[in-house]
Amino acid sequence: MQHVNIKLFAEQPYPEDISKAIPVFHRWIQQKSMPGLLIDVADYAHVPQGPGIFLVGHEYHLSLDEVGGRLGLLFNRRESWEGTGVDALRSAYDLTIDAANKLVSEPEFEGKLRFNLNELEIVLNDRLLYPNTDETLQKLSAEFKEFLDASFGGTYTIKRAFADPRARFGVHAVRA
Amino acid sequence: MKQSNSLWKEALGDQIPPDLGAELDIFENEVILRKQGKIDEKVFAETRLRRGAYGQRYDNGKRHDGVESRTLAYPQTELTKGPHTLWDAPGMQRIKVPYGGLNAEQLEVLAELAEEYSDNIAHITTRQDVQLHFIHIEDTPALMRRLAAVGITTREACGNSVRNVTACPYAGVCRDESFDVTEYAKACAYFLLGHPDCQDFGRKFKIAFSGCDTNPCALVRIHDLGCIARVREVDGKLQRGFEVYVGGGLGTVPYVAKLYEEFLPVKELLPLAQAMARVFARLGEKKNRNTARLKFLVAKLGLDEFKRLVQEERAILTYDPRWDAIEDVAGIPPEQPARPAGLLQIGELPSDYAKWSSSNVYKQRQAGYNTITIALPLGDITADQLRGLADISRKYLNETIRTTVEQNIVLRWVADADLPKVYDELKALGLNAAGAGTIVDISSCPGTDTCKLGISASRGLAGELRMRLAESSLAAEEAVRDLRIKVSGCFNSCGQHHIADLGFYGVSRNKGGVAAPHFQVVLGGQWTENAGSYGLAIGAVPSKRIPEAVTRITSRYLNEKEDAETFQAFIRRIGKAECKKMIDDLGTIPPMDVDASFYSDWHDPRVYTIKDLGVGECAGEVITAIDFQLTACEREAFEAQLALEAGNIEKAGTLAYEAQLHGATALLNWRGHKHDGSPDGIVAAFREHFYDTQLFHDPFTGGKFAHYFFRAHERRNEPKTEEQTHHLIEETQLVIEACHSCYARLTAQPVGA
Repeated sequence: MQHVNIKLFAEQPYPEDISKAIPVFHRWIQQKSMPGLLIDVADYAHVPQGPGIFLVGHEYHLSLDEVGGRLGLLFNRRESWEGTGVDALRSAYDLTIDAANKLVSEPEFEGKLRFNLNELEIVLNDRLLYPNTDETLQKLSAEFKEFLDASFGGTYTIKRAFADPRARFGVHAVRA
Repeated sequence: MKQSNSLWKEALGDQIPPDLGAELDIFENEVILRKQGKIDEKVFAETRLRRGAYGQRYDNGKRHDGVESRTLAYPQTELTKGPHTLWDAPGMQRIKVPYGGLNAEQLEVLAELAEEYSDNIAHITTRQDVQLHFIHIEDTPALMRRLAAVGITTREACGNSVRNVTACPYAGVCRDESFDVTEYAKACAYFLLGHPDCQDFGRKFKIAFSGCDTNPCALVRIHDLGCIARVREVDGKLQRGFEVYVGGGLGTVPYVAKLYEEFLPVKELLPLAQAMARVFARLGEKKNRNTARLKFLVAKLGLDEFKRLVQEERAILTYDPRWDAIEDVAGIPPEQPARPAGLLQIGELPSDYAKWSSSNVYKQRQAGYNTITIALPLGDITADQLRGLADISRKYLNETIRTTVEQNIVLRWVADADLPKVYDELKALGLNAAGAGTIVDISSCPGTDTCKLGISASRGLAGELRMRLAESSLAAEEAVRDLRIKVSGCFNSCGQHHIADLGFYGVSRNKGGVAAPHFQVVLGGQWTENAGSYGLAIGAVPSKRIPEAVTRITSRYLNEKEDAETFQAFIRRIGKAECKKMIDDLGTIPPMDVDASFYSDWHDPRVYTIKDLGVGECAGEVITAIDFQLTACEREAFEAQLALEAGNIEKAGTLAYEAQLHGATALLNWRGHKHDGSPDGIVAAFREHFYDTQLFHDPFTGGKFAHYFFRAHERRNEPKTEEQTHHLIEETQLVIEACHSCYARLTAQPVGA
């Protein structure tokens, strides 16, 4: 499974100022706080429902993202993935959780930012490989199930994330 | 990087025009060959630039992270895509949008590309282009194919070529235009695209079209070739043509374009452009990029000689049927509305509609229709917003969308009756910001955010000013409201600071051994009348104090303006000396150990640095002799401006030259290099110790500023025109900046050293 994106949604109330993530992400680059090559920070806090504060990486990007009007931490794998689909999902999820844990414990966000671990949005960031259709969901459902069973556990619902055929293919998973 | 890259060619099939498809096949092969080391890096660099694939900051693999300059460990450390440009480093893709025209399908593809290859943002530039950032070079062929399938080419978006042909976004609906220039701009763009006569330039060539000579929508006079629509009567018939301007350009030293011809019949437009391109290719500078723009050729030859050469070239051109076909465009049916005009229902208006409408809605000359400006913050728009606009443009318009040189998007042909509904839909997309074309609608180049040449954070400053002004009662005052602010990250003027009421460009200053981000304040530029005149720098202000400078300058204007006096007239009346007084005290900042905030830039907490070097340790150091001497040079340069303003051209020229000489002397004395004190002796010593050693060289422009100095010295006794003196003063400012930078580079040390 290629170019997996995972978004963990923040719980309300959201922090007042997401631009506090700018110094945090700069520190992560400085201190190599995440695996892989972290390159720079882009500030899009001025864009309504935009990519927020964006940590540019070589293998993946991370962002405190506001797309869709919901704040969340978005992981976006840029590089091709050579393992199985389940591994691709698991790796992306683990990195997202790791980053989320780090972010909430940073002084700028301590006590002001929490993520809802019962909800997940997975997007496959390649329209040609993964058209936004029911067929794609059907084709990938076994891998999603295996990943979600292991990572989410318990009972959950899963459905296509976006009805608009122009959108990328994605699923929305919520633990019951 | 994308797994699907190799699949797009087949997937898109015949949606890609064959010629363009063949070009992209070649480009894709060149990417592969370069990866295999079979194409020289310099050749590949120009190849990708001509496809719009540009470098980005830190692509040399070095980045200062606030503590020290560190290597960015890209996987491929040896492979490059150009000199000092690593293969895996993210780059920028510029997408040409002739005359700014886009349709709904194109917006949707731009949205897809922003999501899949970039950071979910499409950025509108000051030349109506779209840029995507953080793109891997190996993704570019697929990305270009997807654009080609919807009729967009990136060919010649960068490099030494004819860049995007820009035009007034109100063309065809404007109340003041002579005629709609759209189809002429389009014909010119596609005639010159890939034209054999445009493949051997020493630098870029920019063209713009305007329907009128007063409004600031196309900025004709900052272009190499600018055309303003004109109509004349010949034998009782109305004939279309253009008032033609040549040799304009901003860049480090701005030139206002000169009037080339008062009326050029439209059928002569393409042959003239072709002939001009041939003269530029043949006689334009090729070795020294710094003097390679057409403006330098026109200045060197003189307008009359340039014109003679172009006419000579025109006479020997082989006939091309496309020259005459351009006359047919007058018969192309004009754009049509999608819906009947109807009536605006006053009672249904949303609460915040009035404010938005007053600044963002333009009544078209066609009764009952409007052009809406979507004010994009810093020119940025998301993928979802692009798709939303595509939907609106299908629902309410015939997809009549254009980008603007003020980094906005306009929707044309919105019916009166639809205005509130369109407003509501824009609001749902977060695209309902009021203030289009006002002081809060600030233009900015990318600056240090992504540009390799950026010195200060132009986007950071623009964003900060925009936010503060939007909340300020001062900005609501009518006289202040319509001023324009433009910000560039360096002296290269991509943010067009020269033509703003209040312009700013990034510079650095050494304060007690520590580099601090600053902006030069440029006042008195004119964006109306197609960018009719340029401002001059009045002094550098610490970056963090620019908002205060803006408040002071605009407050004073508001309080002291006489009746309907414009800002430019006010600045002229009080004089630049008085302007400088307003900001002089802002230049002093506390040492770093007292207030470190002055030593980092807007929205970037890292300790500020130029050239990936850290700051010195001597924050509390006393001011050295060179600090005083360089400050004195700035004063001399300023006095030169005042002399020019007073009409004393000779004195202005002498003062400007002496300011350069004193800057060089300051550096020589500081380093303890001996000289005999005579101008010749100073120049010789400077050449030996700073030029030949390359210590004075700018990392990106090399010895450009030293050349300015040498040339000023050689020509110091020649009489000068007012325009030449104006240029000399501009160059003097840059030489002084270079002295500051040289001093900063040679004193700065990595943190902890």
